[in-house]
Amino acid sequence: MGVRTVCFCRRSDGGGGGATGSRISGLRARAVLVDMEEGVLSEVLQGPLRQLFSTTQLISDVSGSGNNWAVGHHSYGSVYREQIVDQVRRAAEQCDCLQCFFIIHSMGGGTGSGLGTRVLKLLEDEFPEVCRLVTAVYPSAEDDVITSPYNSVLAMRELTEHADCVLPIENQSLVDIVSKIQHMAHTGKPGSVIKKDSTIISGQGGVAKTEKPFDAMNNIVANLLLNITSSARFEGSLNMDLNEIAMNLVPFPRLHYLVSSLTPLYTLADVNIPTRRLDQMFTDAFSKDHQLMRADPKHNLYLACALMLRGNVQLSDLRRNIERLRPTLSFVQWNTEGWKTGLCSVPPVGHTHSLLALANNTCVKPSFMELRERFVRLYRKKAHLHHYLGVDGMDVSGFSEALSSLTGLIDQYSQLDSTNTAPSQDPPRLNIAC
Amino acid sequence: MSVVTVQLGQCGNQIGPELFSTVYEDSTGAGRKTYQESSRERFFWETSDGVLVARSVLVDMEPKVISQAVAKASKSGKWRYGEKAHFCQKQGSGNNWANGYCVHGPRHKESVEDLVRREVERCDRLAGIFAMMSVAGGTGSGVGTFVTQCLRDMYPQAFILNHLTWPYGTGEVIVQNYNSVLTLSRLYQLSDALVVHENDTVHKICSRLMNIKHISIGDINKVIAHQLGSVLQPAYTGDSPSNYSRNPIGELLSSLVCHPEYKLLSLCNIPQMSHTSLAYSAYTWPGLLKHLRQMLIANARMEEGAFKDPALYVPWLPPDGTFSLWNSPVPFNGYEKSASLVSNSQSLLKPLDNMVRKAWNMFVSRAYMHQYTKFGISEDDFLDSFTTLEQIISSYSHL
Repeated sequence: MGVRTVCFCRRSDGGGGGATGSRISGLRARAVLVDMEEGVLSEVLQGPLRQLFSTTQLISDVSGSGNNWAVGHHSYGSVYREQIVDQVRRAAEQCDCLQCFFIIHSMGGGTGSGLGTRVLKLLEDEFPEVCRLVTAVYPSAEDDVITSPYNSVLAMRELTEHADCVLPIENQSLVDIVSKIQHMAHTGKPGSVIKKDSTIISGQGGVAKTEKPFDAMNNIVANLLLNITSSARFEGSLNMDLNEIAMNLVPFPRLHYLVSSLTPLYTLADVNIPTRRLDQMFTDAFSKDHQLMRADPKHNLYLACALMLRGNVQLSDLRRNIERLRPTLSFVQWNTEGWKTGLCSVPPVGHTHSLLALANNTCVKPSFMELRERFVRLYRKKAHLHHYLGVDGMDVSGFSEALSSLTGLIDQYSQLDSTNTAPSQDPPRLNIAC
Repeated sequence: MSVVTVQLGQCGNQIGPELFSTVYEDSTGAGRKTYQESSRERFFWETSDGVLVARSVLVDMEPKVISQAVAKASKSGKWRYGEKAHFCQKQGSGNNWANGYCVHGPRHKESVEDLVRREVERCDRLAGIFAMMSVAGGTGSGVGTFVTQCLRDMYPQAFILNHLTWPYGTGEVIVQNYNSVLTLSRLYQLSDALVVHENDTVHKICSRLMNIKHISIGDINKVIAHQLGSVLQPAYTGDSPSNYSRNPIGELLSSLVCHPEYKLLSLCNIPQMSHTSLAYSAYTWPGLLKHLRQMLIANARMEEGAFKDPALYVPWLPPDGTFSLWNSPVPFNGYEKSASLVSNSQSLLKPLDNMVRKAWNMFVSRAYMHQYTKFGISEDDFLDSFTTLEQIISSYSHL
């Protein structure tokens, strides 16, 4: 772990500078890219970031996983195990100090979901001491992949058992945020001009010029990851690194699903930032419209909450807003003041300040219950099951165990919710002989 | 009569440089030769080219804070840190006391001990070791406790004073109460005294007395450094009435820590005001002392005399063992007159009790236990710590 870009990239040994002498020449991403189809990876290799990757870092096959978790997890998992471990090990050896793995994949498909969770297990086996943080994109209810509930639930069991922390993201939330911003940008109301490049959907500071579909949505997730690592990359008066996130936000090993929100969504062109607007940023962080999954933390129970501030925000602003918002939120009885805070001096590109909130909150329960519903609807009729059971290494117990894992998780959240209604009284203190 | 400072974790390495700057500025502005020499000898040593180097060891498990501290001092051109006086790693302690105490501490024991030994040997005479840390995080608290233990083993006769920053009540770190409980229970045995600053209290000083609108961590740290400086700078004491005391820490301890059961010290200092008001105020000694007395009685640590009133003190101490007066003819840090009160009293009882109550609540539900057990701290270790602290709370309650 170094500072700034060295965190995510390293200097390459041979000067691989392109003719353009761009600012990324000489850097190599500390990354392994895996896909069982070639399309997306080819684009990366031909795109503006191609200098960041050597071809050995990209692991691909030809035919894809057919939206089948079992194919990704078991078939490709076995075939590519050695190669993946090898590439990860090489990248790890290039680090002075390896702190964390970011695993990024979707839940609804076959490769990301199946092979992705196989990689997760692999990382746990080979690097047990290194934190595993998963950014998982969950499918919306209207997802056009019929088997996405199977893939998602099978993957969830792996995430619950083998990840240290999961940031669930729902495509629908990203869509909603994008339309909100675009709507704002086009109203043309006076005083509502958005400052150029200051939204969380623009690839501000990025290299790519043209916008592809999903770019806006993906930029939100990219900004999430940038904000989470900001304190590790830049200085600040109260540092908060990735290990601290896992430590403070995960009170019990399986309850590690963290709902995230990023504010502000955009900065208005008017540069003056009165305190009221700063406070609005804090208020928005807790509103359900700003969460990256469809969840309402404000009206559910908090187990823990982290606030990471970047830019021109002072300690007193932070404390004032915690005091202000605290009475409107419910915290679990044993963690009534469960705030983890960080202050990083450097704001994101195009902003003067920003706030990332991470909540370990029972508001994830409804989404998980919906997912289980969709799974059960298919499973009851044994629909499409044969595609999975035909894969070597996959059998029916995989399904039933995944279902009971999800049910167990939902029950844990329900139990916590029930403690919220009971009157809270401090447990009796330790009695000592005087 | 030199003090070796050990700066631990982010907090220790942020307050430390402020303290050194404060004592430097104070000794430079004084215009009194003996005061300046005495102060400089206490906190700095001089290289052959006349550069002042702080008698300090900087320890952290991540590099950013130490880099900043070292760079800022060098840039000031007034004093700097020793080139090889710091030790850091890269990955941090993750706010985990067990990680700091059981993993990082032992792993780096020798390196840290070497650094401290070098500083101590450089002193003609060691007045004591001053360890600065927070109790809420992982390095200051966990590594700090382990290092204090090592120092106690290395120097059983030396005076060891720990400066502890207690976090805001409404959370900076979620597991802060666990980390605090584990730290305090052990330091109580190892340290000679614990000088405590609470962020909540210092914050109020900044907002209500100094009228700072947007309080930053730097502001908090400056107030703490000011208060510490006012006590640690040279003074005439009871034992040494006509020369600056050569045994400041020893004397502090003998006046304040008369019984090993009572080691918590708190500080208050007046006046504390914004720089703009400074020019317009005039204080008298009786007025200041009366304010301090009121603050002591009211347990208020903000602004507000005769300290010899026996009603203030416990009956089992002889009357002349209760109150000591130190003074210095030199104005401190821009204030024409100022007074500081270091007291061993019940003023920290309520915050301590709150801390233990919250930690206990969390412990009963076993939340976060897996994060500590995986590094070697068991539930029994927690129970032992709780027992120790309940004992301390009981002792202070019965005063």
